[in-house]
Amino acid sequence: MDDLFLLLLSTLDSTLRVSAPLVLCAMAGIFSERSGIIDISLEGKLLAAAFAAAAVAAVSGSAFVGLGAAIVTSVLMALLHGFACITHRGNQVVSGLAINILASGLTVTLGGAWFHKGGQTPTLSGDARFSPISLPGSDFLAEIPFLGTIYVELISGHNLLVYIAFLAVPITWWVLYKTRFGLRLRAVGENPQAVDTAGISVTFLRYRSVIIAGILCGIAGAYLSTGQNAAFGKEMSAGQGYIALAAMIFGKWKPVPGLLACMLFGFLDAMAVRLQGVALPGIGEIPVQFMQALPYVLTVILLAGFIGKAIAPKAIGRPYVKER
Amino acid sequence: MSSPSKALPAWIDVGVIPLINILLAFFVSGIVILIIGEDPIEAVKIVVYGAFGNDYNIGYTLHYTTNFIFTGLAVAVAFHASLFNIGGEGQAYIGGLGVGLLCLALDQYVPFWIILPLAIAASGLFGAAWAYVPAYLQAYRGSHIVITTIMFNFIAFSLMNYILVNVLIEPGQMSPESRDFLTSAQMPTMQEAVGWFGIEIEKSPLNLSILLALFSCTFVWLFIWHTRWGYAIRMFGFNENAANYSGINTQRLVVGTMCLSGVLAGFVGINEIMGNHNRVMLDFVAGAGFTGIAVALMGRNHPVGIIIASLLFGTLYQGGAELSFEIPTIQGEMVKAIQGLVILFCGALAYMSRPTIERIFTAIVESNGTAKEQTNG
Repeated sequence: MDDLFLLLLSTLDSTLRVSAPLVLCAMAGIFSERSGIIDISLEGKLLAAAFAAAAVAAVSGSAFVGLGAAIVTSVLMALLHGFACITHRGNQVVSGLAINILASGLTVTLGGAWFHKGGQTPTLSGDARFSPISLPGSDFLAEIPFLGTIYVELISGHNLLVYIAFLAVPITWWVLYKTRFGLRLRAVGENPQAVDTAGISVTFLRYRSVIIAGILCGIAGAYLSTGQNAAFGKEMSAGQGYIALAAMIFGKWKPVPGLLACMLFGFLDAMAVRLQGVALPGIGEIPVQFMQALPYVLTVILLAGFIGKAIAPKAIGRPYVKER
Repeated sequence: MSSPSKALPAWIDVGVIPLINILLAFFVSGIVILIIGEDPIEAVKIVVYGAFGNDYNIGYTLHYTTNFIFTGLAVAVAFHASLFNIGGEGQAYIGGLGVGLLCLALDQYVPFWIILPLAIAASGLFGAAWAYVPAYLQAYRGSHIVITTIMFNFIAFSLMNYILVNVLIEPGQMSPESRDFLTSAQMPTMQEAVGWFGIEIEKSPLNLSILLALFSCTFVWLFIWHTRWGYAIRMFGFNENAANYSGINTQRLVVGTMCLSGVLAGFVGINEIMGNHNRVMLDFVAGAGFTGIAVALMGRNHPVGIIIASLLFGTLYQGGAELSFEIPTIQGEMVKAIQGLVILFCGALAYMSRPTIERIFTAIVESNGTAKEQTNG
């Protein structure tokens, strides 16, 4: 029983670690898409930020400087997306795709030229990484049988960025539903004309939304290369930006359901690793590829309207043209 | 894509503006090469020589071009119905599976001239099937085609991974690949084909699939601009409500257009599986589906434009490979960055330069007008 409990805890523990970048990216997607800007460029921003964080952390020796670089890089890409979609009213999907492909090409090109490791960055250690934090009281709380173990094994011992990721959810919720900015942001994603009529700049509001999305993706990128791993590797985001996009849709563009979707997809990922080569009673061995495809399959089924209905913000994808 | 605001002559809209966009993309790429401390002019020379220096290199360039024509046409056909098919990558992958299964099943029993039409049909059918589900969901269940085709790309990767690792793998082999096809299921290479006429060239992956690509271009041109179905597709793309009101079954049109798109993407399987690798393997599409988006945007969804754009990307892929060989600081991924920039400038920022051009053009026309008035008066 104890073994099973510990196995469960360690699975949940890796669920938290796997879903942290998904949560950040999903919140980023919520900010962008609730304001009416489709954001398939989560993947590109995540990858570019991961590269910037690892490259700068390797040179400066500080994980925090790396984090700053990641955020700056990601925000610049978000601004490029905004420039194309908001200022020039370009196709938002095309722009997002361009950013994804650009990021995937540029990171390896620049990394290869700067570090001569075929696109990889040098391995980070010490202060150049975000290391696990022991939350206060872990020492004596470990003595308490059930809750103490949960506290020590599951909640304590992650790096700073994981905690930021999970804090981002209540903050996103609060900003979206309890502030004036959030109300306007949601309004501009549903009916930009109304917001414009009220004398609020649609352009400025949408730019702020994509910048927030950039910041969140930047943190997620830094987590990938300086928290979860100790270097940047070619294509290291490996579709996580798209999984986050799927999770955001699965969560119906809402923060808390979005979080749950990320945790579900993270859990599937953690299980996929543990179930590899294990035959389940009555089912047999589940192919790892099936587990990998499951988030996408679930999202397709959801979008087809078989699990409730996912309704996108009304004005999403449509550039706003001020009436003359 | 935003619509032009004021009328400019067609040659500016179809000629000058796309040219400016592509030059902007190359200009920024040049800056990137400068940043990593290499000489852009030198790089261009190596790329051009690497792509066209000898018949072996030309063969590679045209082989890539063939792929991009297929995926470019696939994206373009969907674009005409204002559907954005990001799923070309997955459809091409599954199309290749269709070709592979057919060749593996029949190559011991029947000759090439029976296998070929069946393989073309199989690639198209499998590609279309992979496009059918997202199309059906868009048309009848209201889910968004962009998201579902993205999801289907990933599902295709997992599916192919499973099939190759667990089913098609040659017993006793480590790498997840099927057995090699017999010669009856191998597309003649261009070397063999021109050899029939007594011309000698070096062996390269270029094969007769390029004829299928050119045929597909002609077909798409006739279909989109010279048939009722093509007219319906363009009308739907222009105004969904008008198409609906004029009695077109728009749901069937969405499904049909996407299936045609999937067929075209699936043909990549013919070029790569039957023409080049002669076995089913992992990741043989290698991003051609995404390049197709850049090709379609740059070629403005017209077969002639698509051929030109495909040739350009074929040049970049082959020349880029040579480039990273000659100058090791420049990674092969540089081509991807250029591709991203082309999509950005020719797609998302397509009309960025338009207001400026418009101003210049009006200024020129007006000054000509006043000049004429003065000479007349």
